[in-house]
Amino acid sequence: MSERIEIGIDQKVEGRDVIITRVDAAIDWMRKNSIWPMPMGLACCGIELMAAGASRFDIARFGAEVMRFSPRQSDLMIVAGTCVYKMAGVVKRVWDQMAEPKWCMAMGACASTGGMYRSYAVVQGVDQFMPVDVYISGCPPRPEAVLEGLMAIQRQIQQEPALKNMKREQRAASYAQPRGPIIIRGDYAPKVTAQ
Amino acid sequence: MTLQEVTEQLHARFTDAVSAPVEFRGELTVTVHREKIVEVCSFLKTECTFAMLVDLSGVDNYGDDPRYEVVYELCSLTNRSHLRLKVRVPEDDLIVDSVTGVWRTADWHEREAFDMFGIRFRNHPNLKRILMWEGYPYHPLRKDFPLAGLPAELPATAVDAGQVATAPMLGGPFVTAPGARTAANREPRQTDTAGERQDKKGAS
Amino acid sequence: MGTIHEMELIDSAARAQKALEGDLGGERMILNMGPSHPSTHGVFRLVLELDGEEIVNCWPEVGYLHRGDEKIAENMTWTQFIPYTDRLDYLAPLANNVAYAYAVEKLCGINVPPRCQYIRVVCAELARISSHLLGIGAMSMDIGALTVFLYTFKEREKIYDLAELICGARFTTSYTRIGGLANDMPADFVPMCRKFLTELPVTIDEVDKLLTRNKIFVERNRDVAVLSKADAIDFGATGPILRGSGVEWDIRKARPYGGYENFQFDIPTGTIGDCMDRYLIRMEEMRQSIRIIQQALDTMPGGEWNAPEAKIVLPEKKAVLTKMEELIHHFINVTEGINAPAGEVYFSAENPKGELGFYIVSRGGGTPHRLKIRAPSFVNLQLVPLLSKGHMISDMVAILGSLDFVMGECDR
Repeated sequence: MSERIEIGIDQKVEGRDVIITRVDAAIDWMRKNSIWPMPMGLACCGIELMAAGASRFDIARFGAEVMRFSPRQSDLMIVAGTCVYKMAGVVKRVWDQMAEPKWCMAMGACASTGGMYRSYAVVQGVDQFMPVDVYISGCPPRPEAVLEGLMAIQRQIQQEPALKNMKREQRAASYAQPRGPIIIRGDYAPKVTAQ
Repeated sequence: MTLQEVTEQLHARFTDAVSAPVEFRGELTVTVHREKIVEVCSFLKTECTFAMLVDLSGVDNYGDDPRYEVVYELCSLTNRSHLRLKVRVPEDDLIVDSVTGVWRTADWHEREAFDMFGIRFRNHPNLKRILMWEGYPYHPLRKDFPLAGLPAELPATAVDAGQVATAPMLGGPFVTAPGARTAANREPRQTDTAGERQDKKGAS
Repeated sequence: MGTIHEMELIDSAARAQKALEGDLGGERMILNMGPSHPSTHGVFRLVLELDGEEIVNCWPEVGYLHRGDEKIAENMTWTQFIPYTDRLDYLAPLANNVAYAYAVEKLCGINVPPRCQYIRVVCAELARISSHLLGIGAMSMDIGALTVFLYTFKEREKIYDLAELICGARFTTSYTRIGGLANDMPADFVPMCRKFLTELPVTIDEVDKLLTRNKIFVERNRDVAVLSKADAIDFGATGPILRGSGVEWDIRKARPYGGYENFQFDIPTGTIGDCMDRYLIRMEEMRQSIRIIQQALDTMPGGEWNAPEAKIVLPEKKAVLTKMEELIHHFINVTEGINAPAGEVYFSAENPKGELGFYIVSRGGGTPHRLKIRAPSFVNLQLVPLLSKGHMISDMVAILGSLDFVMGECDR
């Protein structure tokens, strides 16, 4: 592990002023490198999420290949796709069933703001009813953008005061509010030189 | 038998209930009287080899009378031909006989027509909403229902999910009105309709 | 000291009697499967009534992805609706684009030049391969053969690269336009596609070796969910499901469109109508698609890729910027939309999932009066209660995988 664990104030990361202890840093390091996503693959973005999990883009590099469909066992809910009002209650219920610590990523335009579906049946953004940490734009976002979003969540996790959050009241308060918004541009693609 | 023969046979058997066929782009459309639709469909299935009902849709002709139409697309696998039937349904008596007895595939199609337009189907085995949730108070594809939707209660199973709000149209245009010549009429600047949305994203 | 609760002593016989009289005779259980479930291929809800492991009754519920496409269509111009067609069957977006373009072209009464037809055939067949790869991959993953999923996804990534080369987007392509295409096929598309067509049969053969005579796979799929010919037609099933039951009906052969009559290919048809047949048909259809693409690339005509109708197709940019008439056409096409004639048409294409149909009612002008999307997955899903009765829960996964539906299309 050639990772340098940040201790102390690091304002470069997401503009936060947080002092964390060595124990916090260790706990955060463990958490961020083994995020188990709960893929709430609702529509087309679900397919790009599967592509991010497949061998070419390989989300396993980040420790996140264990796509647990059980909310009890997962940490990160990736809402991938259009959330319609009929489905909203289901998504919220699954979010509530997830055990803390938990984070949420709104993948794609539809999950972030309703996308191109300004209609009677679509919730205009999943953050209407649940806290979102990272928004990824794109329709669908490239898998590279999903990985960038995952890394943004990792950077967030690294700065959390984990021990303090383990106290029940503070934890509930901390996770009920989004710590974002952090917005990832979904057309992120690596510059490829001609072969 | 060719499509021409089919329509002739139809006309011979159901003279008053069936109109003359209209042709457009190589397809034939026949308008059928509402009371006779099940008989016509059975006849077409058994005698004229139209074994498959490909599609059943509702159409809202707002401003016309009768306002609604139910359109049946039939396909004959043996003759490789296609026929369209139409039934006009008035707004004040919005009910048609169900053809689930003839083709079982009509089941979900008719549920969708009921859900989207409010057209009821007599003798349907399970006429419930299919795409929207039970208890949704409107029929969305009617022309007088706005694209942004109207406020409603969420389904009973929702947990803390709040209210169904109208989609924000402020800052539009997100809709294009058909056929208008000037840009102002075609893509009107929209304001939000009833149901003010709180901007939950807040100041970051 | 806390309170003492009186315990009611019930002996086992009395308890059993009570259970029998209660709900469902004490023997049956209601199990909810979905809408958030790894094996339901999208947001699909199934309420199952179980007698132990056996499914006695089943009520499917759809609508968890109903986005209001048909209402949106009444508010968009003909060209503005093309991105929404991508997201119908989002496993084969190019095929949906092609079907919609042909539908509107039928309404407008225009014919596209041969080059455009051949490029659209290549796109549609690539989409078919892509969809079947994922269908087989997801079905095997759900049954337990996880490796196949990764193999098929590797090939799908190559198709995504091809799509990115031809139109800029991996996935939601929006490639066709009314009267033609967004842009011509680039020059390096053909060699890249040919290279892909040499690599794909290798993977199909690998998957074949892994699955087709694998005892576990065969046991889980053979004679599961047999669909008779009469039922298939009565329920309006189309695509591999209809052909699996022995009906030789493929729109590309029965009512050829878009140049398919120029190509030689076979239609695989099943005999029994079970899950295994449907899987085998999809494997064979991929091989036939390779044949079609090779023929199309070999005989690709040159020339224009857009129809010559000036009022429908956007003119070339150089002409728009230098000549008055083209400028006016461009302006009117983009702002008001294509002026389609009044009338109604129904056009259907053989999509990988089945027959995708568009019923368009137009009253003239730039937007449709009514656009009904006849989604194959919506119709095929009606088969689930019929097919699942008498089978076990684990068979349900195989049945859903073999029906290969996609909720984006089903709910629109």
